[in-house]
Amino acid sequence: MIDAATAAARWRVATVMAIRNETATVKTISFDVPGWPGHLGGQHVDLRLTAEDGYVAQRSYSIASGAGSGPLVELTVDAVPDGEVSGFLHEELRIGDQIEIRGPIGNYFAWSAAHDYGLLLIAGGSGIVPLMSMLRSRDAAGATQPARLLYSSRSIEQIIYRAELDRLAAQTANFTLTQTLTRDAPSEWTGERGRIDRAMLARWQFTPAGHPDVYVCGPTAFVETIAEHLVAIGHSASNVRTERFGPTGAIRT
Amino acid sequence: MLVTRGFKGKRRGGDADRLRLPPGQFLTPEFPVLTAGPTQQTQIDRWTLALQHGGSLLGKWSWEQFEGLPQTEITSDIHCVTKWSKFDTRWRGVTIDDLLRAAGLDAAPTGFLMAHCDGGYTTNLLVADLIGARAMIATHFDDLPLLPSHGGPARLLVPHLYFWKSAKWVRRLAFREEDSPGFWESQGYHLRGDPWREQRYEGDQ
Repeated sequence: MIDAATAAARWRVATVMAIRNETATVKTISFDVPGWPGHLGGQHVDLRLTAEDGYVAQRSYSIASGAGSGPLVELTVDAVPDGEVSGFLHEELRIGDQIEIRGPIGNYFAWSAAHDYGLLLIAGGSGIVPLMSMLRSRDAAGATQPARLLYSSRSIEQIIYRAELDRLAAQTANFTLTQTLTRDAPSEWTGERGRIDRAMLARWQFTPAGHPDVYVCGPTAFVETIAEHLVAIGHSASNVRTERFGPTGAIRT
Repeated sequence: MLVTRGFKGKRRGGDADRLRLPPGQFLTPEFPVLTAGPTQQTQIDRWTLALQHGGSLLGKWSWEQFEGLPQTEITSDIHCVTKWSKFDTRWRGVTIDDLLRAAGLDAAPTGFLMAHCDGGYTTNLLVADLIGARAMIATHFDDLPLLPSHGGPARLLVPHLYFWKSAKWVRRLAFREEDSPGFWESQGYHLRGDPWREQRYEGDQ
């Protein structure tokens, strides 16, 4: 009998099954991970890359696929400029390659069907990845509570999962999608324009009414600002869960 | 060891740098911010630090009183469980040894402790990891008052453990009879978190 913590800490050999482009700088990689113990939406994995002379690099990546995806684990990876691991994953990795992976890790920035409460999700850039995993998990579980996503991208070309998000919003009565573009919005753009501020949060009912669970993911400065706005408009700080990533360290999506 | 086809690595820094890095870590010149929730904004005039054991208060200091305690500088490498490490970070504050002394204690009353912070964050520690000038309540980084985003006005600093143990916005150290998990430790992270033994997650030895 192996407990969940031991199973999650074990390194496994994953095989690359598919690679697809999400945007010009973002790819999704599907791994087959034999023995994968399953995960919650929003959890992450560690990857370990080993060079021929034994040099090792490890990084954490958010899981993009939803809970219940079996042995298939998808990661959506943003190419960090000069990134040691993301550069390799983008330029070198091929279908059939093998790579070491362990997880799932982190039970805090995670959504579980056992806690289907009202959900407010706020993403900046590739911070959408763990939130997409939550939305996919929610969809698969037939969650009944309302969920809202406010997703900020620089331009329309940089929106990740655009078609799937639109489809989810059209098909799911209790999911509301709002997108904002901060730099270049085409004239026909019907979504929000500009950075997320308190007025935008209020306009899309990102309010504390009903004590929803709030998840914010994006670059450090984005998360700092949004978390500050949320507390200022009355959210309890303990209901606001954040995950930050920057040019270095942290969770790289 | 599974060699990753085509992976060479960027190998930033020299061999000496790499020997200073615990397994699985990489070096950054930056100081990333990681927190489970919003940054706490604690006013200094309302700040106190308490030392307690069970129901009894062993010591309590206002900001002014705390600044009057012996000040120590620690320069150390720090290691975040999310894989970044930063070399030669320079901190100032009051060592846990001096804090115990200021409370009139010859020794810690138990071997375990829980640090409690503004915002509800907690982390568990072995007293052995806190004494012997290895840990402090830090109020300054690089000679400047610690910013709220980095845990100001005061954070715990235990640089030889993964950095989640160096709890931001610390307000209370509570001695306990036994070890039990704090915030991240009950979310799948390791009870002790020694970077040199790569004790990242609950299942790590």
